Amino acid sequence: MNLTRRDTLLMAIGGAVVAALPMPVFAAATEDQIAEFTGGVEPGTGGITLTAPEIAENGNTVPIEVDAPGAVSIIILAAGNPNPGVATFNFGPLAGSHVASTRIRLAGTQDVVAVAKMADGSFVQASQEVKVTIGGCGG
Amino acid sequence: MAENVRPRVRVPATVAAGETITIKTLISHNMESGQRKDGDGNVIPRSIINRFTCDFNGQNVIDVTLEPAISRNPFFEFQATISESGTFQFTWYDDDGSVYEEQKEIAVE
Repeated sequence: MNLTRRDTLLMAIGGAVVAALPMPVFAAATEDQIAEFTGGVEPGTGGITLTAPEIAENGNTVPIEVDAPGAVSIIILAAGNPNPGVATFNFGPLAGSHVASTRIRLAGTQDVVAVAKMADGSFVQASQEVKVTIGGCGG
Repeated sequence: MAENVRPRVRVPATVAAGETITIKTLISHNMESGQRKDGDGNVIPRSIINRFTCDFNGQNVIDVTLEPAISRNPFFEFQATISESGTFQFTWYDDDGSVYEEQKEIAVE
């Protein structure tokens, strides 16, 4: 196969486009998951607190805490992970307060998003950027 | 992959009626994400705990759905309001069908 200068240039551009794709794709996946959780309702702000470190040295265990008084369930999403889903907390009748903490994996520096479904059916959202020094996706 | 799975739960032994307590749970589990590759470049299949529930005397306290982005040895901290003596039932559901259980008694003073 003979490669002309034009072919080579086209292939290089194609490669660049593919390389630039993943981030928007990840963001769209996160949007989809939020839409699935809320049923298409645009979440408001306030009434939910997401606590995460500003800088996480190790992406394998990043401690996070969500607090949404009056929430029925809270979904946590990591926009920059291969799969944005992290966890869903459903609070039962005996839940003392609507606070939960856990430890999560982050592939790299990204926004962590929490969306809470309130008892009245409304949704609120909070997000925080976490800078990750060493990603937690193995490989 | 489900060897050496050991749940650890911390619950106070006694509580005043109507008080809110903090519960901490940890279970030793690899939580293989399905993203990693072994030395030969083969993908290591996903093997995680996908659900955790805590009930008190048959009533639900919290029900968590876990995704591969939860760290190894999943840790949870949450709160429960206790009005009577009883038993906490903690249950973890593994991808491979195993169910790990732990129980804790609590007495109202």
